[in-house]
Amino acid sequence: MAGQSNRAPAGPTAIWSTLIMLKQKIVRRLQVPFGTPALVRASLSVGLALLLLPSHLLAAGEKASGMVIVADSRNLTGITAWWVNIYNESHFYFALLTVVTIPLAGAIMGGIADLLMGRIGIDLRSRSLREN
Amino acid sequence: MNWLYVLLPIAGVHVWWPGLVILGLGVGIIGGFFGMGGAWMVTPALNVLGLPMAFAIGTDITHMAGKSLISTMRHAKFGNVDYKLSLIMVFGTVGGLEIGARNIMWLERIGKIDFYVRCGYLVLLTAIAWMVFADVLKRREKDRAARAAGRTVDPLTTGIEWYKTLQRIKIPPVINFPRSGIRCSLWLPVGVAFFTGWLAGVLGIGGGLIRMPSLIYLIGCPTHIAVGTDLFEIAVSGLYGAATYSYKGRVELWAAFIMLIGAAVGAQIGAVATKYVKGYGIRIFFGWAVIGCDISILMKIIAARSPSLKTVLDPSATILILGLVTLLSLFIVMKFIMGVREELAMKRAAVMVA
Repeated sequence: MAGQSNRAPAGPTAIWSTLIMLKQKIVRRLQVPFGTPALVRASLSVGLALLLLPSHLLAAGEKASGMVIVADSRNLTGITAWWVNIYNESHFYFALLTVVTIPLAGAIMGGIADLLMGRIGIDLRSRSLREN
Repeated sequence: MNWLYVLLPIAGVHVWWPGLVILGLGVGIIGGFFGMGGAWMVTPALNVLGLPMAFAIGTDITHMAGKSLISTMRHAKFGNVDYKLSLIMVFGTVGGLEIGARNIMWLERIGKIDFYVRCGYLVLLTAIAWMVFADVLKRREKDRAARAAGRTVDPLTTGIEWYKTLQRIKIPPVINFPRSGIRCSLWLPVGVAFFTGWLAGVLGIGGGLIRMPSLIYLIGCPTHIAVGTDLFEIAVSGLYGAATYSYKGRVELWAAFIMLIGAAVGAQIGAVATKYVKGYGIRIFFGWAVIGCDISILMKIIAARSPSLKTVLDPSATILILGLVTLLSLFIVMKFIMGVREELAMKRAAVMVA
């Protein structure tokens, strides 16, 4: 079962400044090849704002407590241990990894299922029913 | 039989993995067919499988993002997703959710939040169920009247037509949504999204259950497009939910991945089944799903008010929800198989003729 520790999580200010630095780096890199810094800046700002919107904006579910949960990785090996260590070290990187892997997994599994469905022989490109 | 159990390393629990695959499959079928995330079904089921409640909610939302993406991909190929409408609605939904969440905090300070929220949910679901079946009955009346007059009704005719009145309010800017065949003020979808977002925020749910009928009855989307458009919006908001819950450390990603295996197949079946079911068929199924959910909420309210009945009503509510998921999934799979067989038979007949 997940244990609890007194280790404090990285504060929101630290995360914010890391993100700002990251954003500035990306903007600096993208500025030269694309030549549209305003658009890039605007997109990045919107993206970061969305990422940092207050947690209560998503109202689904109960309010999480302020405790830090640490997963027990002592008996784990390989990818599971790596995964759990990321979770224990930084929830921020864990969240980032979740946001990247879930759509990726969805797209891959959806693509495979699509391929299998296509083998049945039905028309998967149109819907002839025209009605409400 | 140890191989049937998988260790979820973060929550630290062993879970029967075929249960996760079956759950993903079931909710994928229902979500792909109705255009819902299905949080009301998955969260209690995950809890029953052994995940602690906080992880059940976070894992559910995370898997919902992936599953809705799969369904959206399939619906997009059928032309069922109105991206323009969906992106406009995202703004209203976010604003509504924010205010709804603030209202909930105010209710928290007053106390009795669970009771108010459950009652609000009950009233809302009853209203949606009434709306769906009133619409179906009105449409049947129109069909009967047309048949008596020796005519046939236009396939696009609907029973309840509130959206026509709302579309007549032309506050600028007026926008065309060619995919949905709607021309209305920008403020109509934004307002409806804000309202449904606010309700979702107050009730603490994802919102697909409210947004899907609102797209039909208040904005005037055809049923199939309402399903696809709603799924796209769920994929976007689900991803945001996945980010916030995983940042709080309440997501068991292995469970979400295992569920996605079932959901990938289920979402395809659900989405393709909409090809073979008329729009009104989908509305009727949806109405039954809402009634089932309504009854389970009523059971929870009674259980909370009378502790003596709690031991009976709480598990009954969970059994009802799981039974409903199973029944609806089986029904949709049946429609899918029948539709595929019919289409393949028609194709074979066409080849024979040629």
